[in-house]
Amino acid sequence: MKTDTVLLQIKNLKAYFSSTLVLKDISLDVSTNKVVALIGPSGCGKSTFIRCLNRMHEETPEAHVQGEVILNKQNIYAPSADPVLIRRKVGMVFQKPNPFPGMSIFDNVALGLRLLGIRKRSVLEEKVHSSLVQAALWNEVKNILKRPGTSLSGGQQQRLCIARTLATTPSVILMDEPTSALDPVSTMRIEELIRHLVQTVTVVIVTHNMQQASRISDNTAFLLNGELVEYEKTSRLFTNPSDPRTEQYITGRFG
Amino acid sequence: MNYLSPTPRDFYRKYFSHFMMGILALLSCIALVPFIAISFFIIQKGWDGLSLGFFTEIPAPPAEGGGGMGNALLGSAVIVGMASLLGIPWGMGAGIFMSEYPGQKLGRILRFTIDLLTTVPSIVVGIFIYHLVVIHYGFSAFAGALALCVIMLPIVAKSTEEILRLVPQHIREAGLALGLPRWRVIINILIPGTYSMLITGVILAIARIAGETAPLLFTSLGNQFYAQNLSEPTSTLPVQIYEFAKSGFKELESLAWSGALVLIVFVFLVNLTVRSILFLYKRRMEK
Ligand SMILES: Nc1ncnc2c1ncn2[C@@H]1O[C@H](COP(=O)(O)OP(=O)(O)OP(=O)(O)O)[C@@H](O)[C@H]1O
Ligand SMILES: [Mg+2]
Repeated sequence: MKTDTVLLQIKNLKAYFSSTLVLKDISLDVSTNKVVALIGPSGCGKSTFIRCLNRMHEETPEAHVQGEVILNKQNIYAPSADPVLIRRKVGMVFQKPNPFPGMSIFDNVALGLRLLGIRKRSVLEEKVHSSLVQAALWNEVKNILKRPGTSLSGGQQQRLCIARTLATTPSVILMDEPTSALDPVSTMRIEELIRHLVQTVTVVIVTHNMQQASRISDNTAFLLNGELVEYEKTSRLFTNPSDPRTEQYITGRFG
Repeated sequence: MNYLSPTPRDFYRKYFSHFMMGILALLSCIALVPFIAISFFIIQKGWDGLSLGFFTEIPAPPAEGGGGMGNALLGSAVIVGMASLLGIPWGMGAGIFMSEYPGQKLGRILRFTIDLLTTVPSIVVGIFIYHLVVIHYGFSAFAGALALCVIMLPIVAKSTEEILRLVPQHIREAGLALGLPRWRVIINILIPGTYSMLITGVILAIARIAGETAPLLFTSLGNQFYAQNLSEPTSTLPVQIYEFAKSGFKELESLAWSGALVLIVFVFLVNLTVRSILFLYKRRMEK
């Protein structure tokens, strides 16, 4: 059995909105090709946490971060680190599907590639194709690639957003409640997709749905009021939590 | 008695409603009167003077009659064109800055200045350019273009800013999350996504400056002939209309009416274009 290699190491992470501390000293390791779920009551800092992993937190005015996030041995908060390059390695899928307005399905996926300097039509087509296949959307859109991305259904739009993120082959994908705006069938498809994706990428996903966390994740972190209460193998956290607060939360006694 | 059968009060209510509708319809028709009257009047007075010569010839001396406003049309096109060439990128740049870098101090100062500039009467802009440029270099197409550019700037900036603000924040974040630098998000996502609306704003600004008269009186002045270069006094349609309308000569007055007709048709066409662009854009968005 091969041992897990750590891809993402979060050390003493603190996040602020102006002077309010919303993440209090969080440390955890994420192993390569795993799905890590973040659970916790509303407002506990899950979104803030994953937004720290691609340096999106600092895009909010007055927000800042302390601590280290080490991706492949490099601290993404080192003074020399470039957020733009980091975000190409750490992709993000949002709660609300957000295809770019007025942009075709093809261009939505191709934009990131064009950004990397890929101009050749055949290469673009090949990569757009493989990303859409990977995101389990190809069969539904192969004949309508020129239509605007916004013309798709909500579930299709979310898979388009996943394809768009996959196109530039990030090593980590962050997902903030990616299925909370979707119907059960679309949700199931995206869950299958995530299980499939971890063969090649590492996923950190926020979810309010504990069944979802137990279905798709390898490890689960429970956050409460900006603190990491427990970080465990998912099977263990949901059956035999070591902290009483975790048990209270997963049995629905608060939050 | 059936519990749905109307009481006398209900009859009264129904008739009152019809009565109010009638009054509203009447008022709407009255509101149309000025527009119809103006159009009718200008078409009636200006139509006869329209010929090919009107668009190419220069005004003939009043005694001879005939002639055209070719020099004024060309002058307007050149001056509005030059003003747009400078004013559109400048205004859009300012609008983008105000919308996309709102936290910056420079952005706040810029917004304040632009808001002030919007309220400055156009004749004041004319006087300003007169003192800044005309006193030193004389009346010219350049000076006229500069004045129109200053009038256009806040209009374009404001409309650009408002349109970009319609794009939800998470769209920008999606772009940033793909590893696009902020300027790329603007160029590759925000501008293409709002393209038709941005054009609409620009076209309306062009239509607005095309009819400006007061600032041109102080800057490009006028010219009985085709201007030979950009640093000469240059005639423009609105100024020419103004001059001819008060000239007291029948022939020139008739030219002025035709000029007014051309100006109105131009502004009307511009509005029509804008509306059809918006209509098509909406349909495309809904598809
Ligand atoms: N822009 C902001 N400015 C100030 N405070 C903020 C801002 N966004 C979030 N917060 C605060 O930070 C804390 C964490 O918010 P966060 O969005 O990370 O919670 P969450 O766990 O994702 O909640 P939810 O499950 O509802 O999405 C909350 O207390 C919230 O009030
Ligand atoms: Mg959240």
